Amino acid sequence: MNPIADAPVDTQAPPAAGWLRRMFLHRGGYGSLIVLALLILVVFPLTLDVFRLNLMGKYLTYAFVAVGLVIAWGYGGVLSLGQGVFFGLGGYCMAMFLKLEASDPVSTKIQSTPGIPDFMDWNQLTALPLWWKPFHSLPFSLLAVLVVPGLLAFIVGFAMFKRRVGGVYFAIITQAVALILSVLIIGQQGYTGGVNGITDLRTLLGWDIRGDHAKLVLYFVNAVLLLAAILFCRRVTRSKLGTLLLAMRDKEDRVRFSGYDVAMFKVFSFCLAAVLAAIGGAMFTLQVGFMSPSFVGIVPSIEMVIYAAVGGRMSLVGAVYGAILVNLGKTWFSESFPNLWLFLMAALFIGVVMAFPNGLAGLYDSHVKPWLMRRGARSTS
Amino acid sequence: MSNTDFVLAVEGLSVAFDGFKAVDDLSLYVDRGELRVVIGPNGAGKTTLLDLICGKTRANAGSIKFRNEEMTRLPEFRRVRKGIGRKFQTPSIYENLTVFQNLEVSFPRGRGVFGALAFKRTSDVLDRVKSVAQEIGLEKELDLEAGLLSHGQKQWLEIGMLLMQEPELLMLDEPIAGMSVREREITAELLKRICQNRSMIVIEHDMAFVEQIAHKVTVMHQGKILAEGPMEKVQSDQRVIDVYLGH
Repeated sequence: MNPIADAPVDTQAPPAAGWLRRMFLHRGGYGSLIVLALLILVVFPLTLDVFRLNLMGKYLTYAFVAVGLVIAWGYGGVLSLGQGVFFGLGGYCMAMFLKLEASDPVSTKIQSTPGIPDFMDWNQLTALPLWWKPFHSLPFSLLAVLVVPGLLAFIVGFAMFKRRVGGVYFAIITQAVALILSVLIIGQQGYTGGVNGITDLRTLLGWDIRGDHAKLVLYFVNAVLLLAAILFCRRVTRSKLGTLLLAMRDKEDRVRFSGYDVAMFKVFSFCLAAVLAAIGGAMFTLQVGFMSPSFVGIVPSIEMVIYAAVGGRMSLVGAVYGAILVNLGKTWFSESFPNLWLFLMAALFIGVVMAFPNGLAGLYDSHVKPWLMRRGARSTS
Repeated sequence: MSNTDFVLAVEGLSVAFDGFKAVDDLSLYVDRGELRVVIGPNGAGKTTLLDLICGKTRANAGSIKFRNEEMTRLPEFRRVRKGIGRKFQTPSIYENLTVFQNLEVSFPRGRGVFGALAFKRTSDVLDRVKSVAQEIGLEKELDLEAGLLSHGQKQWLEIGMLLMQEPELLMLDEPIAGMSVREREITAELLKRICQNRSMIVIEHDMAFVEQIAHKVTVMHQGKILAEGPMEKVQSDQRVIDVYLGH
């Protein structure tokens, strides 16, 4: 359909090379996705020990946020600096279920009120708050993981975009939401576990999530969910909705005066990003075993934007690499020079935005792809 | 206000920006199948009038009835769905999409979020894109990125995007600005063709072009209508000569 993108491809190539080219060099090829799937489903599990694999699983939960940001920021032009809110809400909904399961009357019999989470007991609560009660049910909790963040994103998005608030102003609002939620969680210690978060999570329906086997299983569940999320987002970006989001970034008024309710398209991209972030948050809780306000506030929210920026804000697969690389860097760097990490992070962000605005995916498109094409052309001639 | 046979009936329309009355108690009626040209000096309120009709600007007072239905309170996208199409002064197309995609996203189906997700490129979409591309003379450029089109072609593409929606009322703001003589001729022919089964309002400065296409001319001055009628009558009106044609 697009002769410009396809022009350099030599149609005379032998079948094998043609097959490779279709996968990697055409837009819309599945090549990059297959490579990513091989990497996270085969290479990592075979080469990393359980501790490192679990760490990688943690990075991949951030990748959900980055993938969501590709949709909201890259395609929808909606820069949210508050994705930690949704990551945190998803994580907390999961953590509440696990905490209730860990707080059965037998294992909490030394508390003054047995059967409620330990932090409630420490804060002189004598009964489980009403809004905690539904989280005894796993189906309800899983639904809440998706619905609570989705609903919040809808309300914030609807209120802002219908009033044509966008760009920097929207980003500031999301920052405010992130600040408010983290202050709220820290302040309401008796209901939320405060600054420590919800910790000491043990089992999921009786299945110990702390063991090596559980970590392995959860890693794969997480990886498969991530790939499914990317596939779903690919479908969105290739649909008319994806084209409209691109069109809106270019000429918003033209889209509006072609009969589209522009605000609702932005709300959708924001909600999708929120729900994806929430799935990441829930998987984080399961794999790491706790959730705390340190993933909700302003700083983590901005870090999440950097993942997407480094990976390439228009590339779903690139965003995953962005999340992995920045977190590898963070782990390595903060072990050696803990004080310098934030400065390095800031420098990385500024550097990426100024030097290669399309991130790693942009570098691949502008450098690796042409090189591959040249090589391909030479080998067939 | 009573119902009329007009496609568009504007009555007592006013809007002020910081006290400046851009459109002042204006009434305008457009017939079915009519091609109306609005002329007038800069700042007369011509573009503001189109903005008011399509909803880009909200009126302070007055009524806009499209097919006897009040439009003043409807949001922009609803007015478009009722059948009001608007072309902007500078070509307003999606530069990074192909000509085909530009036309395709203008097809009036799948306009909701989930409708757009489920939208399929069926044969009626392809047929419509093809026939519109032919109409605007861009059938060979369908796969070209729209940003690479010439200025005139961009203007035609935007007209084509509006035709995709089959609007009953089409409003064009200076469609031939920046076009070559040959392109102007082609555009005049195009406008005459597409006017067959719809009403149009065109803002234009080029009097030769206006003479070619207009059924009726409305002259605006300082937010009000100065004169209205067939071209010859308007051209010989002394007040029009004084404020506009005299220069």
